[in-house]
Amino acid sequence: MNRYALGVGAAAMVVGAAALADPNTDVALEIDGVAIKTIAASAHADNPIGDTLISGWHYRNDETRALQLDDFDNPAFLAVELGRELWEAADGASGKSCADCHGGIDGFAGLRANMPKWSEAAGRPLTLEQWINWSRKEHQGAEPWKWESEQMLGMTAAIAVESRGMPMDVQTDGPMAEWFEKGRDLYYTRTGQLDFACASCHEANSGMMLRADHLSQGHLNGFPTYRLKWQGIGSIHRRLKGCVQDTRAEPYAVGSDELVALELYVSWRGEGLDIEAPAVRQ
Amino acid sequence: MASIKPRVKAPKTASAGEVVSIKTLISHPMESGQRKDKDGATIPRQIINKFTATFNGAMVFACDLEPSVSANPYFEFQMTVPETGVLAFEWVDDDGSIYTDEKTITVA
Repeated sequence: MNRYALGVGAAAMVVGAAALADPNTDVALEIDGVAIKTIAASAHADNPIGDTLISGWHYRNDETRALQLDDFDNPAFLAVELGRELWEAADGASGKSCADCHGGIDGFAGLRANMPKWSEAAGRPLTLEQWINWSRKEHQGAEPWKWESEQMLGMTAAIAVESRGMPMDVQTDGPMAEWFEKGRDLYYTRTGQLDFACASCHEANSGMMLRADHLSQGHLNGFPTYRLKWQGIGSIHRRLKGCVQDTRAEPYAVGSDELVALELYVSWRGEGLDIEAPAVRQ
Repeated sequence: MASIKPRVKAPKTASAGEVVSIKTLISHPMESGQRKDKDGATIPRQIINKFTATFNGAMVFACDLEPSVSANPYFEFQMTVPETGVLAFEWVDDDGSIYTDEKTITVA
C-alpha cells in the first residue's frame, strides 16, 4: 500500500516539473508605477529567437521575481546607492566628480540601452564599463576601476537604473557591422569539452530544464544583475564567462574583444525588451 | 558593500487599526567569526546581534541575530497602527555601535 502511494506521488511530481518548465508569462513587471516590457515582439524579423522575446525574469520562481518588484527588496540597490555616492565624489588629478561635468545622473537616461556603443576616439565599440574608465582617465585623471570591483558595479548599476523601462537599442550598422558579425559567429561557435555554443542552450533548448536550471532566452536587459548564486551584483561579462566556463572551455577575459562583440550581438537579440537593470536572478 | 547604513520603508499615513507592512534593511558585513583570512588568522566576529522596533515606546518587534545570518539583514513585519506615532528602530552591533532610524506614521 505504501509503495503504491509513493508511486502516485512520484508521478505527480513529474507532471508538476514539466508544467514548471514553461516561463511564467502571466505576471507583469511594474516597479514604482513604471511598467517594464519583459515580454515583447522582436524588433527584428530575422531574430533567430522568433517573434516573442521573454525576459529571464519570467523564468525565475515566484520568490526571486518578487525581489525585483520593489526597489527596497532588490538587493542590487545597495550597489546603486554606492554608485550614486561615487557619482558625486571627486576623484583623480582633476579633483572633479562625474557630476561636475555631467550634472545629474538622470542625464544618462537611455545610455545603458545603447551599450556597447561606438567610440570615434577609440575606433571600436566600448561597453559601459569601458566608457566609464575612459572618462575616468580622460576627464578625471583617475585610475581605472577593475571590471568587477564594487565601484564599477555600483556605477554601472546606478547608470543602468536611469534607463529602466527604455527599449534596448544598439547600433549594428556602419563600423559596428564587423563587431556584430564577430559576435554572431561566437554565438554559434561550439566550445569546450561539452561542445556547446551559446545557441545550444539559449536557442535550441530555451525553456527546457538544464538539470536544476531553467534555460532562458539569454537576454542582457537586466544587467548588471544581482544573482543569488553570486550573493552579489555582477556584470554582463562575468555572466558570459560563466556560460563559457560551463561548457568546460577556457573563458574569454572580461573586456576582451570577443566578449564585447558577443555583448553587442546578444543585445541585438534582445531588442524589443526594455532595460530592467538591476535585475534579480537565481 | 557600502558603509553600515540602516534603511526603513514604512507608510507615511494609515487609518486607525490598519495592518501595515514595515520593511527594514541594514547594510552590514555580518562577519561570522568562523572565517579565516589568507594568513590563516581568524577574522573577528562582527555582526548585528539585536534588532528592535518600538511604536511610541511600546515594543512591536524584536529579535536576536546569530552569526549564521547573512550580510545585509532584512526584516519585514506587519503591525497594527492604533494612532499617530513614531516608529523607532534600533540595530545593535557587536562593537557596541547602535544604529537607529525613525519613521512617523500619521493616522488620518
